[in-house]
Order: sequence, then structure tokens, then C-alpha cells
Amino acid sequence: MSGLQIDNLSMRFDLPNGASVQALQDVSLDLKAGELLSVLGPSGCGKTTLLNIVAGFLAPTDGQIVLNGKRVRGPGAERGMVFQQGALFEWMNVRQNVGFGPAMKGMAKAEKAQIVDHLLDVVGLHDFKDKAVYELSGGMQQRVALARCLANDPDVILMDEPLGALDALTREKMQGLVLKLWKETGKTIILITHSVEEALLLGERLLVMAPRPGRIHTEYRLPFAEMGVGQDLREVKKHPDFAARREEILSMIWDMEEEIMGRTESV
Amino acid sequence: MELLGNLGSELWAVLGTIARAIPYLVGYVLLVLATLLIWTAIKRLLRPRHDYTSLKTVTFGDESAVSSSGVASVVSVVLIFVLWAAFTGSQLLPRMLHAPGPFTGTGSFTYTITTPSGETDDATVQVLVHPVGATATAPQVDLGDGIAKNDSTTIAAYRTQLLRVDENDEMGRAEDTFITAVNGQPIAAGIAVDVDFGRVAMSERGTLNIIPATGLQMEPIWLPAPETVWARMGEIATTGYRNSTLAEHLGYSLFRVIVGFALGALVGIPLGYAMGLSNWFRGWFDPIVEFMRPVPPLALIPLVIIWAGIGETGKIILLFLAALWIMAIAARSGVSGVRISKVHAAYSLGASKWQIMRHVIVPNSLPEIFTGARVAMGVCWGTVVAAELVAAEKGVGMMIMVASQFQSTDIVLMGIILIGVIGFGIDMLIRWAERLLVPWKGKG
Repeated sequence: MSGLQIDNLSMRFDLPNGASVQALQDVSLDLKAGELLSVLGPSGCGKTTLLNIVAGFLAPTDGQIVLNGKRVRGPGAERGMVFQQGALFEWMNVRQNVGFGPAMKGMAKAEKAQIVDHLLDVVGLHDFKDKAVYELSGGMQQRVALARCLANDPDVILMDEPLGALDALTREKMQGLVLKLWKETGKTIILITHSVEEALLLGERLLVMAPRPGRIHTEYRLPFAEMGVGQDLREVKKHPDFAARREEILSMIWDMEEEIMGRTESV
Repeated sequence: MELLGNLGSELWAVLGTIARAIPYLVGYVLLVLATLLIWTAIKRLLRPRHDYTSLKTVTFGDESAVSSSGVASVVSVVLIFVLWAAFTGSQLLPRMLHAPGPFTGTGSFTYTITTPSGETDDATVQVLVHPVGATATAPQVDLGDGIAKNDSTTIAAYRTQLLRVDENDEMGRAEDTFITAVNGQPIAAGIAVDVDFGRVAMSERGTLNIIPATGLQMEPIWLPAPETVWARMGEIATTGYRNSTLAEHLGYSLFRVIVGFALGALVGIPLGYAMGLSNWFRGWFDPIVEFMRPVPPLALIPLVIIWAGIGETGKIILLFLAALWIMAIAARSGVSGVRISKVHAAYSLGASKWQIMRHVIVPNSLPEIFTGARVAMGVCWGTVVAAELVAAEKGVGMMIMVASQFQSTDIVLMGIILIGVIGFGIDMLIRWAERLLVPWKGKG
């Protein structure tokens, strides 16, 4: 069985003060190989917890993750991760960072160099391969992070707000790059974001999550990711459906936020 | 209560001493400001600057606009040597720049005696003031006429002499004849009269105390001239001091520091890693490390001497302990400082625990370890000198301690300068290694 199954995932833990938090409740999802899923929700909805469970950094209290028929029990090379920022190894240059996964597997030097060169071409950093990562701009660093993840040839790529810290212009370019890489590599991608636009653009499927307890609120299937491949993303955003969806999701999230506020105030 | 009173009077005495230094400190600060004004004027004349910083209107409070002025550093260091040379009468400096030195040469004064019957008579005292260490014979003088007879004496510079000038007079104290004036000015016990070569005072018992002027220069026994220190260094470097050459003294001290530090790092870094990576190890060693860290290594010297004697073993144990806690804490904070996203990223890229250790945790902790190493080396260097002051056969600390007991200030100064230079050199070396080995420091 291929693809990623998330079965009735629940996560509950105790706080030091004796209370307990239901971070996730009965989250189920079936992701086919090559699907691009974006996850959106107000803060505290458990989207990062969900991603950490899929990555294997956290164990759920109930339910399971199954990838290609195998149950996930910890972190592994078949699930690559791209973080917001600061996850590059600053003691390695760009080439060594991208080649980290292959080097850990003990891949032969020549083969590794070939992979690294190819990926640096893909993300447009060929001329920077011997630079230290801290000499690169934020956008370039995220390109390195993407290339490093791809170099390991994972089945699933997990992205935790990878573009969150970038300026608007760089962000738009990187969104185009993510779409391009998705189409070219055919990887399954789960992308967490707090930007509604980004979720619409980079989600073949879009999951809106609700907080307290963290759960799936609504799921969409969207045409924009497919439309955006190799296209000007600003054109996609001008599409009338795009604006309508954005308004719909925004008001949905506003409602959730108001509900939380109301609940806190009544307490 | 009595203690508080004692401490209060001690404090008062200390403040009094400090207060006497205030005019000199103010003068020094004025000198710093004067050179600043001069240099600002020169710089404006030389080449007006047009770089970015020169266009900033707000520089006061802008940290980035403040950089160490190389010229000021050079002037500051040169000034220290100039002051040193000026106040020691160094030959490195032209005579006109010297502070006034002590009086040397021949001076004279006359004293007047008064007999019980009111009769007075004068006599002259010739005083030959000779440099310290030189020998001199008192000038020949004829005794002259009258009751009071002429005298002569020799005094070494910086010294004073109580001289019974009336001893050879025809009438003395036994006859109730007393000295009543010096150079025509009345004198009595506790009063001093200025003469051309210094002062003449009178003791309680009526004896004249001849005080030649000492000037503002320091006596070599307190502060030798720079060239004396330099010459002494050359002498000790070749012929040695206390059966060891300078290189041996320094070599032994450095050997102790390097071995002690190396052992401390060898044990401390793994200990720090264990504390950073395991609850149990942190809980186990936290009380020990946190207790031992604030204990100054110097406080351990007596115990180490009792246990291990004054040989190399004791010193190395001491330095090992001095470095151990610092290195353990540095390694611990280096491990704790690793961003969890880096560790997660490495796991997601298929790294094993060992690979995470080798490729993520160790490189991530290196900057902290280097900072710890700089601190530890500084502490070790200070500790070894102190330990050698207490007891040692060889070593730079022992050298200056023994020299001080023989009032060989030149050796003491030389030792202090060498200790400073070597400490600075060690720090520079580690900084250089740091730049070379951990260029990513502070870039994460």
C-alpha cells in the first residue's frame, strides 16, 4: 500500500499544573503518493504537532501513521523535513549541507557530488556551492534547505512554514520553486502555513484545522496548484475563484478566532 | 561592632591614600583628552575622511561608530614607557624629559650655636651626596676658629643622615649649648629649614637631620629603569636565576598550564557533554560542578600541597581542577545551545545518534568550548603563577617571589611583564585558532 495514511490520530498530554491538553483529536487523512497538501489553521490548532507526529519526533497517544504500508515509529530518512529557518548546519558549506543525507548513508563521493550538483542547479545555487550558509540570504538558505531535503530522495517532504520568515517578494519566488519541485519530483508534500494565500497556491488539497481540540475542520480540493505550475502566481491569484476561496477560508478562521476569544473571556 | 569600627577606620585610611592619587589621575585623564584634541586636529589637516561613518551625525551612543583607535593605543603604550623612563632617569630618554632627580654633589649649610651666656658662633657643614652604590670620602675641611667647628659628611642619594655637628665643637649639649639656627634661620626640635641642596631638620633631642632633596624620580630599589629591567632579562636568560634560566622558569610554568588544561579539557568536555545529554548525569554532577565552580582554585592550593606536595603532580592537579569545571560548563552549555530544529533535521536526513553527535552536537558546541578554553587558560595561567608564589622549585612565579625577598625589583618587574605578555599571547593564540577552526561562531 503506497501513500501516507493518518489513522485516528489523537494526542493528549499533561501540563505541569495538572491540566491536560488535547492537542489533536481523531485526525484521519489519506494522502496518495505525489499529492500536495497544505495545512492551515489558527495558532494552537495542532498543525505543527501533526507534522511532528508524521515526522516521528512525537508519539501520538492514539492512532497511527502508516507510510507505504509501514508504521511510523520515529524519524526516518523517507520523511524529509524543511524547517522555517536556522536548521542548516552553519559549520558546513552549501555543498556539504546538501550532501548531508547521502553522506550519512555512506554514499560514494562521486555519486554524492553528482546529486548535489544537480540539485544546486535545480534550486539555482550552482554558483554558491562553496559558500558558507551564513553568507547567504534568507531565501537562498531556504533553497539550500529544500535541496538538502531532496538530496536524500525522501518519499514525503514535510514543510513547517518554510517560507514564513521571508520577505513578500522572495516568498513569491520560493512558492513558484516549491510548485516546480513538486511537479518535477512527484514527491508527496505536506506544507504547513499560516498564510491563506500560500495555502491556496500550494495546496492541491487544503486542510483547515480548528483548535481546542486540534481537529480537521474542512478539507478542500483546489485547482490552483496545478494552474500555478510554471505560471506567474500573480495571475493565479487574480482568478475569481481564488478570491472567493480566500474570503471563505479567512472568514472561517476569523470565526474560530472569535470563538476562542469568546471562550477565554467567559472563563 | 568593634569589627565594624575597625573596618571603618581601615576604609578611611585607604580612601585617604587614594585621595592623594587623585591629582595624578586627573592629570592623566587631562593628558588623554589633550592628545585626543591634538590628534583630531592633525587628522583633519592630513586627510578629511569621506567614508560612511564620517557622515553619521549621531555617533555618541552608536556602538557601530566606535572602533578602537590604533593611534590612541600606540600613544598610550608609548606614554607608559616614557613616564616609566622619565621617573627613573632612564638613559633611553633625553635628559630634558627626565623628572627632577635626587640632588647629587656637594652642598653646604651653616649652623649657629648659642652658649648659656648668650654667645653665638657659626660653623659650616659640607655635605657630599653621592649616587647609591658609589663610595665617597667626606671632603677635607679645616675646623676653623671659634667655639663651633666646621664639619663634613657623605650621604647616599635618597638617604638622610642624623649628624651630631656639635660633637666636635668646644661647647656641646653637656655645657647647655644648643644649635639655634641653620643658615641664619631659627631652628628648634621638629622644625625644618630649607637649604640649597634639600632640607635640614632637628630631632627631638636637638640633633640635625640632613635631608638632601630626592626629586621626583623613583629610587631604583622601588622602580628600576626600563633598560635595567631589560638588561636583567638578558642576564637571567643566559646565566639564569636560582639555578634555572629564564626559559626554564617560563617553560616549567607553561608546561604545568598546558598539561593541567589539557587534562581538564579531556575530562571536562566529555563530562559537559554527558551533563548536556542525560538527565541522570546532569542531576548527578550538577551539585558537584556548581559547588566547585565558585571555589577559587587558589583556595585549593593548601590542600593540594598537603596531599601532593609542591612538585609537578600537585601543580598539575590544581590546574586540572581549575580547568575542569570551566570546560565542563562550557561543553554543557554548548550542547544545550543546539537548536532542536538542527537535530530534527539531521534525524530526518537519516543520521544515527552517533552521527548526530559527530556532525551536529560537537560542531555546534565548539564555539562555546573555545570560549571556555579562553577563560580556562586565563584562570590556569593565573593559578600557576599563584601556586608558584606559594611553593615551587622552578617557575616564573617562584622567580618573582624569591626576587622580591631580595628586593630585586628589576626581576619582579621583568617577571610581571613576561607573565602579562605570555597570558596575552595565549589568549591571542586561542582566538586565532578559534577564527581558523570555528568561523561560524555567532552566525547560527
